[in-house]
Amino acid sequence: MSAKKPIIEIKNVSYSYESIDGRRISALDGISLSIERGSFVAVLGHNGSGKSTLAKLLNMILTPEKGEIYFDGERVSGPGDIDENVMYAVRRRVGMVHQNPDNQIVATIVEEDVAFGPENLGIPPQEIRDRVDAALAAVGMTEYARHAPHRLSGGQKQRVAIAGILAMMPECIIFDESTAMLDPSGRAEVMEIIKKLNKERNITIILITHDMMEAAMADRIVILNDGRVYADGTPQEIFSQVDRMRAIKLDVPETTAFMYELSSLGLTLPRGVFNVRECAEAVAAALFAAGKVRV
Amino acid sequence: MRDITLGQYYPGNSVLHRADPRAKLVCAILYIAAVFMCRSALAFIVIIAATAVSIALSGIPLRVLLRSMKSLIFIIIFTAFINLFLTTSGELLFRFYFIKIYSKGIINTIVMILRITLLIAGSGVFLTYTTTPIALTDGLEQLLAPLRKLRLPVHEFSMMMTIALRFIPTLVEETDKIMNAQKARGADFGTGSLLSRARALLPILIPLFIAAFRRADELAIAMECRCYHGGEGRTRMNVLHLRTPDFAIMAFCVILCIAAALINTYIPIFTLIG
Repeated sequence: MSAKKPIIEIKNVSYSYESIDGRRISALDGISLSIERGSFVAVLGHNGSGKSTLAKLLNMILTPEKGEIYFDGERVSGPGDIDENVMYAVRRRVGMVHQNPDNQIVATIVEEDVAFGPENLGIPPQEIRDRVDAALAAVGMTEYARHAPHRLSGGQKQRVAIAGILAMMPECIIFDESTAMLDPSGRAEVMEIIKKLNKERNITIILITHDMMEAAMADRIVILNDGRVYADGTPQEIFSQVDRMRAIKLDVPETTAFMYELSSLGLTLPRGVFNVRECAEAVAAALFAAGKVRV
Repeated sequence: MRDITLGQYYPGNSVLHRADPRAKLVCAILYIAAVFMCRSALAFIVIIAATAVSIALSGIPLRVLLRSMKSLIFIIIFTAFINLFLTTSGELLFRFYFIKIYSKGIINTIVMILRITLLIAGSGVFLTYTTTPIALTDGLEQLLAPLRKLRLPVHEFSMMMTIALRFIPTLVEETDKIMNAQKARGADFGTGSLLSRARALLPILIPLFIAAFRRADELAIAMECRCYHGGEGRTRMNVLHLRTPDFAIMAFCVILCIAAALINTYIPIFTLIG
């Protein structure tokens, strides 16, 4: 992974908001990150840790106050100056799926909504048609092409939103807490698609989430805290640092927490296991080894 | 509340349902013009026949059309009475204290009723029953596209319409939710004077508006993320094409207009009005 060229590079980026009483509130404080092409990165952090600001900066909805953002090695965003053509090019290549599925669907018919992005890009009608059909097929919503969006479930709406981004043929998709408002089955549907896009189409995924089990599906987890990168590593590396996670009041997956507690009670267990099956195997192995359980 | 349908669209697959919305808009305008040009009984007979043909073409059951008339019955009766009692030309036919009915009044009343009924039937058949609101919006945008040269915000207008149509069901659902939340806390919307009932709606409208603004903000960002930058350089997936049936129905309406005008001028028999 690390040998690949970064698709997005953030260098020393800072951004602050103005609060109602006029004070500047720092959202991002000189962070640097580099995201490899084709990787699946989860960004974790509390509300106000700067996650959404990061997403908006990557998509050029916001521009950094300090620092620079590079896309594919080319400097695209920095303090003050923005080239509109570069901005639209970046937005096409870096798609973004938002949190509320209702507030990102523009049209009254599913397929016309999916066509919205390509229409904005000025693509010829026949090609839009092909792209829309392909995008709907990719998210398994072909049979709903002529439906009204407001009659779909949350998970289905979010799949339509993903199709709308796919139709623009992006190289990277940012999911800004896209599963937060969905029910468990909706979440599972969306996560399944996210994994598929990453594995089968090599689309770089940046998944902003609160959900530890979702984050565990990524290749890499970046934890933001107070506008800085607090931790950065594979899920195994991150979740093995239970104390460090708890220090900023972030949860670890239940299985990891369980094994951590067992270790503190004296059982010798590997760290950074979060899959339920693996967890069970590790606990069983440890118990056999300790001779507490006989088969 | 969840199942509101917008407009009066009556699903079907008739010639008129499949016709280009632009052609139907043109037809509706021509039809309205023809109805207003009618001044003789003969002209009315021609236009009634044409309307009957259009209704048959649209495949819309008569009872559906009549249902839409029902909601306008008050307006029809009101205009009828005004014409009946306030026209003071022609022969005096009937007198009862201050009520005087003249022959001309009766004719005017019949003409008004005919016109309103025909307008409702015609615009329904050409537009509202056979065209979805979204097709209508698309049709309007493309029909008015030349006005963009005059710097009229045609695309923006149609985008606003589309978004409004998209969000009406969402907002209705939200209103429902807020009302239930308020009811659960003891709010009463059903009783009291009109004023107190109106006041009871305030706690619904305020959260609804705040939520709508938040939605608007998020939608705007989502649209920007999808490279929206106004109508310039934008293409459409569904390009409207005028086909032979579209030209046929437009020709039909043009002929109707010409017929109405010719009958008025050259066959001035049974002239009803001016």
